[in-house]
Amino acid sequence: MTSMAATGTREIQYREAINEAIRQEMERDESVIIMGEEIAGGAGREHLGIVDAWGGPFRTTVGLIQQFGNQRVLDTPLSEAAFVGAAIGASSTGMRAIAELMFVDFVGVCMDQLLNNAAKMRYMFGGQVKVPFTLLTRIGAGFGSAAQHSESYYSIFSHIPGLKGVCPSDAYTAKGLLTAAIRDDDPVVYFEHKGLYGQTGLVPEEPYELPLGKARTVREGTDVTLVGISKMTWVCTAAAEELAKSGVQAEVVDLLSISPIDYDHVIESVKRTHRLVVVDEDTPICSLASEICARVAEEAFDYLDAPPSRVTAPHTPVPYSRSLENNYMPNEARVISTVQGLMARG
Amino acid sequence: MELDRETLIKLYTTMATIRNFEERGIPETGQRAMSASVHSSAGQEAVPTGICAHLTDEDYIGSTHRGHGHCIAKGVDPKLMMAELFGRATGPNKGKGGSMHIADMSKGMLGTNGVVAASVPLAVGAALTSKLKNLGRVAVAFFGDGGANQGVLHESMNLASVWKLPVIFCCENNGYAESTPVEYGLSVANVSDRAAGYNMPGILVDGMDVFAVYDAAGQAVTRARAGEGPSMLECRTYRYYGHTVFDNPLSYRTKEEEDHWRARDPLKQFRETVIPQGDITAEELDQIDKDAEQLMEEAIKFADESPMPEPAELYDDVYVSYPKELLKRGSNMEI
Repeated sequence: MTSMAATGTREIQYREAINEAIRQEMERDESVIIMGEEIAGGAGREHLGIVDAWGGPFRTTVGLIQQFGNQRVLDTPLSEAAFVGAAIGASSTGMRAIAELMFVDFVGVCMDQLLNNAAKMRYMFGGQVKVPFTLLTRIGAGFGSAAQHSESYYSIFSHIPGLKGVCPSDAYTAKGLLTAAIRDDDPVVYFEHKGLYGQTGLVPEEPYELPLGKARTVREGTDVTLVGISKMTWVCTAAAEELAKSGVQAEVVDLLSISPIDYDHVIESVKRTHRLVVVDEDTPICSLASEICARVAEEAFDYLDAPPSRVTAPHTPVPYSRSLENNYMPNEARVISTVQGLMARG
Repeated sequence: MELDRETLIKLYTTMATIRNFEERGIPETGQRAMSASVHSSAGQEAVPTGICAHLTDEDYIGSTHRGHGHCIAKGVDPKLMMAELFGRATGPNKGKGGSMHIADMSKGMLGTNGVVAASVPLAVGAALTSKLKNLGRVAVAFFGDGGANQGVLHESMNLASVWKLPVIFCCENNGYAESTPVEYGLSVANVSDRAAGYNMPGILVDGMDVFAVYDAAGQAVTRARAGEGPSMLECRTYRYYGHTVFDNPLSYRTKEEEDHWRARDPLKQFRETVIPQGDITAEELDQIDKDAEQLMEEAIKFADESPMPEPAELYDDVYVSYPKELLKRGSNMEI
């Protein structure tokens, strides 16, 4: 499990932490393979001296093909249904396959394989099969990429029995959760946030796992619990710093896992703070934010001094223009004003 | 083609077992009010039989909603299958899957599948496992003429060709996608014409003739095992009954057409070919039929005497590991 040996810990990027987790698991276990679009890039041009032309669309897979070869690092045609399905098929027959879906917005073209095969095979088959499959995909608005390259559709995966999901928020959690996801015997969807790739953090060199299904508290407080998901955790901490100036002490919980959801961690916090705001970059209706608020309302109602609340994206697609997109994502100001509204209720 | 006696007996036994399973098992399932989603493959027996005769338990198949024949031909025990159809805990899927999800990983049977062509990439993935681990195994992806028009099939055939995987794409063209005639939904004369677009052999086969299927499959399996890549077989066949048990096929096809195909019945054709050759006597084949009938009686008895799953098994096998209380937290479940 988690080991934070002082030796061999250094500062690396979120992107590098992802790369390192994949590399170390491929070194450790020959059955680990990775496939996806442009994960190396320029495939088939080795005779021209071209290898690893892209190293992945966001350079999270750079260098893997040189180390492991093109039989374990498989660039695919633009055929998500086929290669996601093939990765599931390979994972159910002895491999431990990772597939990369370039943006979560593209999930529509391969959802059937995730929904009807990966998620259900073990159950439908009466436990005969394990599907140790990891889907890497990307979320996050803020880059002027508009509605088909910017969504944060993780809530729909929380909704599907049979799938697990994680949303790492920094380099340390990126490596530990990916290592755990690859080693896990169930299908896990791993959501990388495009806005975190360059963020650096202290990461142990050696492999380590962070348990799936566990949240963490990144800031302690007494007046309100802010639950952040992925990059929103840092919106929460920034808001908490600002709120502290006016004497409001916000506790910030980094959810990390969207299935299993660590309800107990959130509820334990809310029982002390008596207020809850979930900050979720996904859209609000039937969302993870809704789910957490509902669960807290059901299980900790008597502890609440104010309604469980949400700060989310609106129920719209992600817009293109900066003037529109800048208002789309939850930001500090919205979190602060929401908390202030709850505090004003007494 | 010269086949030894043992192979001939195996082919006929498989076809007779499938036929009897469909003819007996499906009505019995209906009587137990278990399911509307049961699809008979009676009439199509020659296809899985001729193909799976070339496979071992180590090889893989991905199947369809009309998959009882694939299961039997791949070696799944009909008694366990019957138990699965009856929703019993002794089924290979412990009663969690039913007709459309029968799987037996010990036989390389990756599941019948309720979504048309959805098992095709699974078979491609199994073939990838075989290639990467040098296992020498092949995978057969079964789909129907309806599945022929699914996008995932196109992607999967292209991917298997690009990666030169040991896959046999087998289209069971039974003439109808539910009630829609194949010629309405298909842009080409033959599904197998499309194989050219993926740079693989596309072979059109008489799917009512088990020897023709056996021969064509032999070539495709040999090619796959030799590392020469995928092939496509289109087997022209016919389902004797409706899409499901509740469908009257005469609402969209004619009695004359049905009679035409029934005259070419695969078991009947087998008899007409083999008996005159003197390899096997009519009495021997009659005995195989009787044995298959008897096997179904035993299967029905076994299934009826098997327990239903315990209610709490509802929560089993959703995941390998997951906090069990989260499977029902917030749902006010009483078990």
